[in-house]
Amino acid sequence: MISTRILSSGKVRLFVVCAFFFTLFSISPSLVAQHHTSDSAASSTVESDSHIPGVEHVENSHGEEKFDPTKAIMEHIADSHYWHLWGHTSLPLPVIIITDKGVEAFSSAKFHHGEDAYEGTHYTYKLIEDKLFVVDAQGNVDKEASSKIYDFSITKNIASLWIAVIVLILIFTSVSSSYKKRQGKAPKGLQSVIEPFIMFVRDDIAIPNIGYKYAKFMPLLLTMFFFIWINNLLGLIPIFPGGANVTGNIFLTFVLSFIVLLVVNLNGNKYYWKHILLPDVPWWLYPIMIPVELIGVISKPFALMIRLYANISAGHIIILSLISLIFIFKSLAIAPVSVAFVLFMNVLELLVAFLQAFIFTMLTALFIGTAVDEHHH
Amino acid sequence: MGELFEGILNHHLGFVVWASVAFLLLLIILKKLAWQPILGMISERERFIENALASAEKAKEEMARLTNENESLLKEARAERDLILKEAKELKDKIVAEARTSAQTEGAKMIEKAKQEIDSQKVAALNEVKDQVATLSIEIAEKILRNQFEDRNKQQALVSDLLKEVKLN
Repeated sequence: MISTRILSSGKVRLFVVCAFFFTLFSISPSLVAQHHTSDSAASSTVESDSHIPGVEHVENSHGEEKFDPTKAIMEHIADSHYWHLWGHTSLPLPVIIITDKGVEAFSSAKFHHGEDAYEGTHYTYKLIEDKLFVVDAQGNVDKEASSKIYDFSITKNIASLWIAVIVLILIFTSVSSSYKKRQGKAPKGLQSVIEPFIMFVRDDIAIPNIGYKYAKFMPLLLTMFFFIWINNLLGLIPIFPGGANVTGNIFLTFVLSFIVLLVVNLNGNKYYWKHILLPDVPWWLYPIMIPVELIGVISKPFALMIRLYANISAGHIIILSLISLIFIFKSLAIAPVSVAFVLFMNVLELLVAFLQAFIFTMLTALFIGTAVDEHHH
Repeated sequence: MGELFEGILNHHLGFVVWASVAFLLLLIILKKLAWQPILGMISERERFIENALASAEKAKEEMARLTNENESLLKEARAERDLILKEAKELKDKIVAEARTSAQTEGAKMIEKAKQEIDSQKVAALNEVKDQVATLSIEIAEKILRNQFEDRNKQQALVSDLLKEVKLN
């Protein structure tokens, strides 16, 4: 994976700064261009939603049986208001909407797989590509009203997240109670499975990177490590309680890396801030150095966010692509090959699941370490 | 860019809020229920194990010291035993040698004494034999003389013989 190669923070920073500048320069012209297009297509409908998988509309017009791997894969890795179980059976999930007129909640079964609009108390809602919009009586999207509602639904990823939270609480309270029961004795059962990982986080992640102040950050690092790991693993289970692409969701990785950003900068000592605001360079370099250092503050968690999201999504996409081969070739003969590759990828993803949890936690510890380090430059 | 981020808050703010709530709740619950007790117990156990190892090390050192002491004691004792044995052997040899020489001298002395005794006994026996011979001779002579002097004639003859032999000066 890419991340193993860009482990060291220096490389990470260089990479992200380059990426940042690249995106900055490449986006600015297209931004102008898009303004023009949106002005010309001012018809306030979201028929221009084709920016997700560009092909699907063309394919759909040809007939139902035409298989579109891009659409299928994107649907599988995206978040959803349903939890797909098998065939045409899906588990409806609660929809919670905060509108300017008040909160309302109903089951996502009301949308009939996104085909129907549902008339709620305040507005009429419709799912377009699994995104919630307000529609008017003719079924056209009301952009004005859509920008006033906030989708707080318990989506598939949120539900999966809570399952992971419950599983983690069950595991660790049971481990904790066995520590209390067997005080001062050798670990046993689940406790002896978990203990090496706790020791791993403490002795190989926290202490080498943070130093003697590690104890304060242990709860965060341990929670982060096990949370990412269990979500990665649940994502690899193809059937119901698993299969959600939680850690491959950029908003979840955003939440985690934003917490890292806060923790690192709130714990930064005077040396850390001096290094950023008064770096050891001639004063006339300050106009360059200070912005670069400030970008570095953002880019470190930004790299964390992108790395976890990209790695886990990539894993899901590869596995789904290999499965899609069967339907693309419409041949049973390709199935053994496909399944063999999927098995291989799944085993690799088991490793990646652990590796990404480890890398995220280790880099978090490293960033905290630079913020609380007390050496003088 | 504008279109990409259009409605991002409407569609995804909820997710971010839910995910943050879930993660922070998990963090707080696990910190209270799991991490604090578990890490506490682990470090306590580590301290215990460290202490136990240190005292084991101390005991080992003590043991080694004792073994060394024993070893040296044993060596000393062995050396002493060897010395004693050697001395005893020397003493024995000396005694045996002394006994031998004294026995030899004693034997020689006894032999000498026996010789002297034998000599004196021999002399005494010879003397006795001489006496016996003398007495017997006298008795025999007496008996012969008595037989000879039973008649007068013979006595006369003898006296005359004897007289004849005596020369009167």
